[in-house]
Parts: sequence; C-alpha cells; structure tokens
Amino acid sequence: MAARVLAGFLAILLLTATGAVAAPIPFEMAEVAPGIFVRQGVHEDATAENGDAIANIGFIVGPAAVAVIDPGGSGEDGERLRATVATKTDRPIRYVIMTHDHPDHIFGAAAFEADHPTYVGHARLPGEMAERGPYYRDELVKILGESRAGNYVMPTQLVETTSEIDLGGRRLELTAHATAHTDNDLSIFDPETKTLWAGDLLFVDRVPSIDGSLIGWLKVLKTLETVPALRAIPGHGPVSVPWPSGAADETRYLDSLAREIRALIAKDGDIETAVREVGLGERDKWRLFDDYNGHNVTVAFKELEWE
Amino acid sequence: MRILLSVLALIWLAIAPAWADEDDATRAARWEELRHTMFGDRPVEGGSALITLDAPPRALDAALVPITVKLAPDAKIKTLYLLIDGNPSPLAGTFHFGPAADPRELKTRVRVDAYTLLHAVAETEDGKLYATDKYVKAAGGCSAPSSKDAQQALERLGQMKLKAVADAEPGRSMAQLLVSHPNYNGMQMDQVTRNYTPARFVQDIKVSEKGVLIFDLESDISLSEDPAITFGYVPQGTAPLDVEVRDSTNAVFKRSFDQPGKGA
Repeated sequence: MAARVLAGFLAILLLTATGAVAAPIPFEMAEVAPGIFVRQGVHEDATAENGDAIANIGFIVGPAAVAVIDPGGSGEDGERLRATVATKTDRPIRYVIMTHDHPDHIFGAAAFEADHPTYVGHARLPGEMAERGPYYRDELVKILGESRAGNYVMPTQLVETTSEIDLGGRRLELTAHATAHTDNDLSIFDPETKTLWAGDLLFVDRVPSIDGSLIGWLKVLKTLETVPALRAIPGHGPVSVPWPSGAADETRYLDSLAREIRALIAKDGDIETAVREVGLGERDKWRLFDDYNGHNVTVAFKELEWE
Repeated sequence: MRILLSVLALIWLAIAPAWADEDDATRAARWEELRHTMFGDRPVEGGSALITLDAPPRALDAALVPITVKLAPDAKIKTLYLLIDGNPSPLAGTFHFGPAADPRELKTRVRVDAYTLLHAVAETEDGKLYATDKYVKAAGGCSAPSSKDAQQALERLGQMKLKAVADAEPGRSMAQLLVSHPNYNGMQMDQVTRNYTPARFVQDIKVSEKGVLIFDLESDISLSEDPAITFGYVPQGTAPLDVEVRDSTNAVFKRSFDQPGKGA
C-alpha cells in the first residue's frame, strides 16, 4: 500500500516536472543562402521580455553535419535555436562556433552540450571568458533569473590565425582577427555560397559598440572587404546584406569617430568635450545611438590620445 | 597609512558585491565609517561653497570616469583627497599642492567598481576639512581588462605627454599630464596564462618648476590606466616643468616639458 502511494506520488512529481518545462518553441528562420539559416535579433539591450535574443544567430547545414554559429543570448535562446535545427535537418550538430565573448551571442552554448559538439573560438576567447564570464553570468541572472540565463562554455578548439572545419564536403573557413570589435573576433566564410558570417565585426542599423580598438576595427574591415563574398551576415541588423557594400555605414561611422577625435586631440580638447561633441552627425542614422556613442568615444579617445 | 588602507581594501572587497541597490542611509553610514578611518574625530564640514565635484551620473566606461574638482580661489587649500566608497581601495589619490599650484581646477580619471559615492575632501592650510560628494552609477571598472594590448602597454610604460588645455579660462596657466602606465591593480587577468597580473601601479606623481612644487599626488589603484591629470599652476618663469613619476615597483620615470604655449 505504502509502496503504491509512493509510486503514485513519484508519478505525479515526474509529470509536474516534465510539464513545467515547456518544449522550446522553434524560431522563424530566414534561409539567406542554401543551407544557411539566420534568426534576427531585436535592436534592444537584454530584458526579461526579450530573453536576450538580441543578436543574429543561426546555423549552417552541410552534407554530414551542422555548425551552429553563435548559440544564442541565453539558455532559453540556445534551447530554441537547438529545437529549430531539428525542424530543418536530422543531421547532427558537430560544431558550435562562437564569434566572440559577448553574452548576447554565446550564453546559449550550454544548451548544445547534449550534442557533444566541438566548441570553436578565437585563441583569446578562453581568457576573456575566464575573466568576464562570471560577471556576465551574474548580470544576466539579474535580468532573466537562474533558470533562463544559461551559461558560457569554454571552447574545445581554438583558432590562432585561420582554420577550416568540414561539414562533410562543405568546408567553412575560419579567421581569427586582431583586436577590433573585441580582442577575440572570429569570422566564418562559406565558399560554397560565398557568404561571410561576420558576427559583431559588422553592425547594420544598430550602432556599433567598441570593446577592442577603433583603429584595429577599421583595419579588419579593410581586410574583410577583400573576402570574395556576395553577402554578409551581421551580428546585429538584417539577416543578410550585400558585401562589401553592406559595411559602408559602419565604416563611415567608425571613420568619423577617428577623424573627429583626432581633430579634437590636435586642438588640445579633452575627453569630456569629445563625449559631448563627437559622432553627433551620425545620431539619426543608428538605433540605440545615445546608449553607446558616448562609450565608443571614451574608449576611442583613450586609444587615440597616445598615437 | 598604506597598511591601514590595505586592511581597508580587504574589508571592502569582502562586502562590495551587495551594494548596487542600497539606500541613502546606508551610503551615509558607510561614508561616516570611511571618514572616521581617514580623518579620525576631526570635523568634516559640508563644503559646497568651497569645493565642487563633477562626474557623469552614469559612467560611460567604468574603467575611465572623468572627474573635475573646483576649489574656491581664496580657499588656501593645501591638500585634496579623492575617495571612492565602493572601490576595493577607497582612497584614490591625495594631492598635496605646492607654492606654484593654482588649485582652482583639477581633473583626473578614475576606475569605479560599484554604484558609489565619490568624495572630494579639501584640507585648508589651517587644518580644516571640507567635503563634497557625487553619486556615480558604474560597475566593474576595477576588474576591467587594463589594456587590450599588454605588450604595447609594456613598451609604452613610463612615456609621458604634457599638453595645453583648450578650454582653460583666459589668464590661467593649465596643462594636462598623461602618463602611460597600465596601472595594474592586481584584479586583472592575463588573457593568455589566465593568472592575475600582479599589481603594478603609479604611486606618486610630482610636478614642479625650477624646484618649486606645483603638486605631489600620492595615488593608488583607483586611478585609470594611463593616468591623466589636468592641473593649474603659477608660472615661476619660463623654465620647463619637471615631472617625476614613481610606481609601486619603485621604477622612476622623469621628463621635462616646455610650458604649454611657451615652447621653443
């Protein structure tokens, strides 16, 4: 009798437990080129409502395997992306490629652990994760709560300069860049469709944020312009833009910061003046301009005053 | 003093994380405690007529928060203390003004680790203390990576610049000193080895003309990377300004600069 009651109790517990965790809802994805699927992020900062689904994330399906490129901004975002892969293909997820250390791109990483993928990142990604990961996690937990926040996963394959991965005849070319948007930016080129997955090296519509080097970023953009791509996938913005013309707005914004700050420094202007005046000509051209321009100017001023 | 501050630093480290949402009363109590540690039972008066402190209410970059202190022209201030409640080591810097100082306006850049009050405390020649404060929302400035390029920081270590100040009021002699120094505070991690980079920070900056002191800054780990100080001075003549910087490894860097606008 007691055993039967206990069994019934356990069954109810089990039902409650499974019922409480709703199955992740797949995303609507755009197929920007054959086998390349992208989910567009919203132009907001992380909130409880948007679940940190603010970056462009997605995956590439090859003949034998799938590479996820940026696993999402939270555990929830990652689980939904994983569910979406299953709606498009039954091939296994062999790679999770992380374009840089910012949480809106990679906190969904742990959602893919059951697939036992190779986690791929820039050679400097582990160091950044070790230093900032716990802080990012705390901040995201404050916004989303423990159960939704997700977590970062250390890469198991590092890219020092360039590298290739093979999805069963579909090769992806990976390039680790010098300090630009961050100090650990990784871009991916798919020669088969001539598609460049730029991550946050490319912002469109949403104002870029500098967490690396302004001058370094402009240099990396020059290199990327020579990539023989027809289209690029920005880290924020539309799911796909023509290449290299799609980088024109970002290049113009970053160039104007460099030009205006250098002019101000040449006139002995200080950092407070720079924050008030620099970049304002770009103000109506970008989403979230007021949230990031002052930060960009501060970071860039610090870099340029030692030229 | 330094030993006392190190002990304070440990206590602060232990309690710092819980601070973001505290109320005015809690902040006032913390300042009482810090004030007592710094100045004992000496009275510290509200000094808004004598001293003002300006900083952005929300930091754009927690590792580089520009602050401006203005002192009344006839106030006879000999020392200025800058304190940041929420930082691991709250005393960011102590400026001792010399005979050639014009302390009416002073700027520097600091790291801010948590939502916190900043305080500027001025000490007059007759030993009275006056304080003012400003609340700043910023977080993570102390553990922010000191430089994105550690190699470059090392190559540039100890380099200096002395610049004119574009918006200085007419008739005032002002200059901005920049010192290239990563100001490692022991809380940053080496990206490659993933070990904490040992603390190495600027401890003292002296600026003088022909041996007449303008200011002597005793600084600590709260100054931003590549410390920057904008200061006023009373020219003793047209001699170069001599700068001497010493860091916590006792490395000394010296340079002389023509006075801005008076260069050969």
